[in-house]
Amino acid sequence: MGIEILGLPMMYYIAMVAKVLVAFVFVLLTVAYATYAERKIIGHMQVRLGPMRTGWHGLLQPIADGVKLFFKEEIIPSQASTFAFLVAPLIALIPAFITFAVIPFGGVIEIAGYKIPLQIAAYYDTTARQVFDVNVGVLYILAMSSLGVYGIVLAGWASNSKYSLMGGLRASAQMISYELAAGLSIIAVFMLSGTLSLTKIVELQSGMGGFEWYLFKQPLAAFMFFICSLAEINRTPFDLPEAETELVSGFCTEYSSMKYAMFFMAEYANMVTVCALTVTLFLGGWNGPMAVAVPILGPVYFIAKVYFLMFVCMWIRATLPRYRYDQLMHLGWKVFIPVALVNIVVTGIIGYFIN
Amino acid sequence: METLFFLIITLVAIVSAILVVTCKNPINSALSLIMTFFCLATYYVMLDAPFMAAVQVMVYAGAIMVLMVFTIMLLNIRVDASKKHSHKLIFGSIIGFFTVLNLVVVLVKSRAALPTGPYSGEMIKKIGHTELVGREIFTTFLLPFEITSILLLVAIVGAVILAKKKI
Repeated sequence: MGIEILGLPMMYYIAMVAKVLVAFVFVLLTVAYATYAERKIIGHMQVRLGPMRTGWHGLLQPIADGVKLFFKEEIIPSQASTFAFLVAPLIALIPAFITFAVIPFGGVIEIAGYKIPLQIAAYYDTTARQVFDVNVGVLYILAMSSLGVYGIVLAGWASNSKYSLMGGLRASAQMISYELAAGLSIIAVFMLSGTLSLTKIVELQSGMGGFEWYLFKQPLAAFMFFICSLAEINRTPFDLPEAETELVSGFCTEYSSMKYAMFFMAEYANMVTVCALTVTLFLGGWNGPMAVAVPILGPVYFIAKVYFLMFVCMWIRATLPRYRYDQLMHLGWKVFIPVALVNIVVTGIIGYFIN
Repeated sequence: METLFFLIITLVAIVSAILVVTCKNPINSALSLIMTFFCLATYYVMLDAPFMAAVQVMVYAGAIMVLMVFTIMLLNIRVDASKKHSHKLIFGSIIGFFTVLNLVVVLVKSRAALPTGPYSGEMIKKIGHTELVGREIFTTFLLPFEITSILLLVAIVGAVILAKKKI
C-alpha cells in the first residue's frame, strides 16, 4: 500500500488489472459456453439431444470447435481488399468487448483496507467516500455499439462477393435504424434516474425488494430496448444479414478459420453485453437479497440475471421464424420509434405532475 | 500519467491523419479518419468534457462516417491510379505551407488562457458536463436549438422529396 506509482497507490493498479482480467476471462468463457448452451437448449426445445459426443454430454464441444477453427486453412480471396478484409473481424470484436468496461457487476468490496468497486472503469474516492465511474456510461455504450457496424460493413465490402455485400448492406441499414429506436427507448429511463452513470442507475433500483426496478416503472421501454438490441446485434428473429437461405452466410461468407470464429465470438459477446446492459438498466443490476451486506453475492445475482436473459435470447431463436426485410424496417421506423417517442412524452407528463 | 497518455494519443492522431490523405484506397482513408475522430474524442475526455467525447464518437464516427463508407461502397470507387504529376501538387503545397505558417504564428504569439465566465473547470466537474450542456441548451439557447432542429427537419424533408422524384 505504501508504494505509489505516478501518484496512485500500488493497490489501484493491481485492482484494475485484476478486474480487467476477471471480467474478460468471464466474458470469453461465457461466449465459448454460450455456443454450447445455445445448441443444447435449441436441441432440447426441438426434441433432439444437441452435442453429445465430446466429453460428458458434449461439455468439451466449444474447446473442440475452437481447436478445429485454429487449424483450418486461412483463405484470403485474391480479389479482396486485403487491409479492410483483415481488420474487419477485429473491428467487430473489439467494441463488443470494451463495452464491458462501464458495466457494474457488483458492489464495493474491501481487500486489505482498500475499497474496490466491481466495475472496471471506476474507483473509490476515500476522501469523498463515494464511487466515481464514467459519468456518461450509457452514452459510452451507445457510442461503442454504433462502431460495431463497421466490422460487418467492411467485411461485406472487402470480401468482394455479392452475397457478402448484400449482407453488409442489410446489416448497416438494420443496425442504424434500430440503434435509434434503442437509444430513444432508454431516454425514458434517464428521465426517471436523472443521471447517465450506470453505478447510480443501479443504486436507484436497490430499494423495495425489487419493485424499484425500472422494469416495473418502464415496462414498455424495457421491452422495446431488449427487442431493438436483439435487432442491433443481428440475433434471430432479426438475423437477416446472415440469412443462410438467401445469402449463404451473409457478410462472413468469404471468411475462414479464426477470422470466422472472431465474427462468431463478436456476435455472442454482443449478446452478453446487451443482456448485461438490460440487466443494469431495467433489472436492478447486481441488486438482490443481502447483496449490500454480503458483497460477494452481487456478482452472483448479476451473472444469474444475465444468464437468464441469454436463455431468453436462445429461447426466442428456437421459437420464432425470421422477419422479412420490409417487415423489419416497418417495425423499426413505424412502430418502435413513434412508440418510444410517445413513451418519452408520457413519462415527462407523469413526472411533471408527480414532482 | 496523463502527459504520457496524451503523447501516445497524439502520435496515433497524427499518424492516422496523415494516412487519411496518403491512403490510395478510399475505404482505408475513411478508416483512418474514424481513428482520428476517436483520438479527438479522447482529447475531449481529457478536457473534462465526457459528453462531447461520447457525442463525437456517436455522431461523427458512428453515424456520419458510416454514411461515407456506405457511399464509397455503393459507388464502388476503386483504388485511385491517377498520374503522379499534376498541378494540384504545387497549389496544394503552397496552401499547406501558408496554413502551417499561420498556425505556427498563432501558436507562438498567443498565450493559452483558461476559459473565463461562470463555467470554470471546477464548476463543470462539480455539476457534471452533461447536466450543464443540457440545462444551457434548453434554457439560454432554446431558440437557436429550435431553429437548428427546424433547419435539419427541412433538410430531411428536402432530401426525401428529391429522392422520391427519381423513384
